[in-house]
Amino acid sequence: MDLEILLENVLNAVTAGITIGCIYGLMCIGLGLIFGIMRIVNFAQGELLMLGMFASFYLVTGGKVLSFLGPYWGPFLGALCAAPLVFAGGALLHKFLISRVSGLRTAGSLDEGHFGQLIVTLGISLILQNGGQIVFGSTPVAVRTPLSAEAYLVGPIYGGATVFLNKAKVIAFGVAILVAIVLYLTLEYTRLGKALRAAADNPTAATYMGIEVDSAYRIAFGLGAGITAIAGGLMATYISFGPFVGFDYVIIMYSGVVLGGMGSILGAFWGGLTVGFVQQFSALILPPQLQNAAIFVVFLMIVLLRPQGLFGRSAERA
Amino acid sequence: MRYGTGPQLTRGLATLAILAVAYLVLTLFVKNSYYQLILTLVPVWALFGVSWNILSGYGGQLSFGHASFFGIGAYTVTLAVVYWGLSPWLGIPLGMLLGGLAAIAIGTPTFRLRGHYFALSMLAYPLAILYVLQYLGFQEVSIPMHRDNPVAFMEFSEPRIYTLIAVCLLVGGVVVSLIIENSRFGLALLAIRQNELAAEAAGINARLWKMRSLVVSGMMAAVVGGFYARVLLVITPDSVFGMLVSAQAVVVTLFGGVASVWGPLIGAAILVPLAETLQAELGTYLPGIQGVVYGFAIIAIMLLSPDGLFWTLRDRWFKPKAAAPIPDVAPMAIAPRAVRPGVPLLVVENLSRAFGGLKAVSEVGFSVAEGEILGIIGPNGAGKTTLFNVLNGVLTADEGSAQIAGKQMLGKKTFEVCRMGVGRTFQVVRSFPRLPVLDNVIVGAYGAGLSDRDAIAAAVRALHQVGLQDQSGVSAGQLTNKQLRLMELARALAGNPRLLLLDETLAGLGREECDSVLKVLAGLRDHGMTICIIEHTMHAMMRLADRFVVLDHGRVLATGLPRAVVEDTTVIEAYLGKKWLARQNA
Repeated sequence: MDLEILLENVLNAVTAGITIGCIYGLMCIGLGLIFGIMRIVNFAQGELLMLGMFASFYLVTGGKVLSFLGPYWGPFLGALCAAPLVFAGGALLHKFLISRVSGLRTAGSLDEGHFGQLIVTLGISLILQNGGQIVFGSTPVAVRTPLSAEAYLVGPIYGGATVFLNKAKVIAFGVAILVAIVLYLTLEYTRLGKALRAAADNPTAATYMGIEVDSAYRIAFGLGAGITAIAGGLMATYISFGPFVGFDYVIIMYSGVVLGGMGSILGAFWGGLTVGFVQQFSALILPPQLQNAAIFVVFLMIVLLRPQGLFGRSAERA
Repeated sequence: MRYGTGPQLTRGLATLAILAVAYLVLTLFVKNSYYQLILTLVPVWALFGVSWNILSGYGGQLSFGHASFFGIGAYTVTLAVVYWGLSPWLGIPLGMLLGGLAAIAIGTPTFRLRGHYFALSMLAYPLAILYVLQYLGFQEVSIPMHRDNPVAFMEFSEPRIYTLIAVCLLVGGVVVSLIIENSRFGLALLAIRQNELAAEAAGINARLWKMRSLVVSGMMAAVVGGFYARVLLVITPDSVFGMLVSAQAVVVTLFGGVASVWGPLIGAAILVPLAETLQAELGTYLPGIQGVVYGFAIIAIMLLSPDGLFWTLRDRWFKPKAAAPIPDVAPMAIAPRAVRPGVPLLVVENLSRAFGGLKAVSEVGFSVAEGEILGIIGPNGAGKTTLFNVLNGVLTADEGSAQIAGKQMLGKKTFEVCRMGVGRTFQVVRSFPRLPVLDNVIVGAYGAGLSDRDAIAAAVRALHQVGLQDQSGVSAGQLTNKQLRLMELARALAGNPRLLLLDETLAGLGREECDSVLKVLAGLRDHGMTICIIEHTMHAMMRLADRFVVLDHGRVLATGLPRAVVEDTTVIEAYLGKKWLARQNA
């Protein structure tokens, strides 16, 4: 009997880990582009996620722009539609603020401009969080879909053990995988993708190769913002959120990107998936309030115990 | 106190006294209780900024999680009153103690990280504590009143007394900060901030000083937090551990001026009343306006004057007069070292270091006799700099041994190697660009453990030895390449080393500049200095070095007298290729 309950709990944690983990994976790809490849420390990535959630919310539930699509298709298309909006926002942020503390301007400076980036993005994060409170209000909201209250049942598998798959999460998981694959193929095989990666990886060299680094940078930053926003829109179908939601996720994103290895899109995805898994498994033993604390501990362990390639500066030439 | 900082300290203390009195007089005229609260909060946040500034301003270790210490102080004071009936008068010192312990607990693992990883990791601590407190059920705790004995529990019906206490705390914090700024503590932190590796190579134990700064900073932050809790009476995890709390410290300090004790004061005096007033006037329509103001303030200051208001204003209107060319101190006299010719000082045996599959240094062995100048030459990528890095502890060796005067150097930290009497300069000059030349050199003297008085005398002597005595007041960022090289040499000399490891000291110098540096080096040898020098400039090396070691692909290709080495066919082949040699012989 106890074994059955344990089995059921573990199976549910595994499936939840996979579904949520893949959505985290998509979220991490966004930061992976910005931090992993472009090496911009973006403190406001969590707020971009939050903007994705609210964009989707206003398109679907609040503003009802997409309500003609119905409660089943609407929320997920809404999540996808959040991407271009946040992409534009991200590109503007980059054009007016981020570009002043990153890229060619700081290439070769003592700390590659990380200090300035931390401070400027901290400012952006404060403005978006607190400004969000003014614009969106502080009452938590959610993108309403009946799917979040329904589940696919698998089983009973062994004895009475049944796996519950929340429908909203399963569909969000599918969309996340699709978006991740399309993005991966685009970045890996198209000319645009190669130019973006080249510019992000080494702006100076890319300039010499005739790539317009400024605009490539803007697009890459916008893309990183947009991808995270899609993940936000997808998450909005199964959690409720307010303007301060970004904070819980910014650490998750950095954990995923660092764990997956800097500079790799695929790695960021696997990193996010792993963190999602850890989080869902911690639910087996930890009370809900401590799950987020567990994530922070995981983050600290990752940066402390896996130092190779993590110290920006200790590998410098003496 | 560092030599010559006396007047500066006196001036600082006088300014502080005037400001404190003026501020207290101002509070006498304020009757509105809300404005009185703001007047209390300004010194509170200023002190929090001062504490952050000690770690992140002087030391450059950017922390986004200073709320950890603030919150620990606040919860200690509150819970001590609630559960033990302990007065805040005792609770605040207790919180301070816990803040210091927390700093050790947090710093021990986290100082393994640098730069943005350090900043992001520091963020995780207050947030983790926040969730744990929520789990433990301390969502909202209030300090109960003790009407029977109010003063003993820091309860005053006159709100201006809180302002008075806040100002006293701030004065205490500023004094601590001023002392740090004007002592070797502050100089060590500034050096670490500007170039950690150079500081280590000059003998500064960076980890220890960073830890000390975190402990001082954490204790100060805990005091602020504890007092804040007493003033507000009700605390929640978000209000003391939240991101906005950490951000307060960052914002007031950066806005006012980083790495100056006055920065946080200026920042708090402008931003706290602004944000609080806006919050009071518009908070109902625009909740969170405070955070928005802070966000805009910090972005604007980063883009317009990245070091903060204090420095911008000072540079524009209060340009300090250039420091005296050299302080009125007699150079420390040193007798030339007695040299026992032929007795080896440095013995390297079978030393190897690989990066993955690449053997950068492979089974290298050589020795340097006392008073000798050994030239290490070899084509680019031969492993010369890696050899130095292994010798002075920047990199670890895979195997082998290296002994200086019979003592093992390998396995020691960089600053320990320096203290064994090994000075080092770098291929790319590592200076502390914003510090004056004299301070750059004093860092090396402190690194050797000299007292304040001896340190300045040793630094002055080192400057005389390299001929930079007239530049001692100029900041290092304004020096020419040759002067920078000499200054780096002086920094290494200030600790009175027995062995110098010089990495391409002549790189990028013109012929005449080269000659004058050579003259300095020859002078050092005459005083009994032993030198290992990596160099490409052959004409210079032929004149300077007593003996050559030739490295190629990480291995010792040849050793011997300069004349013999340059005629060695394997050496010529390594430098110029087989074809050239064949044609030469044909």
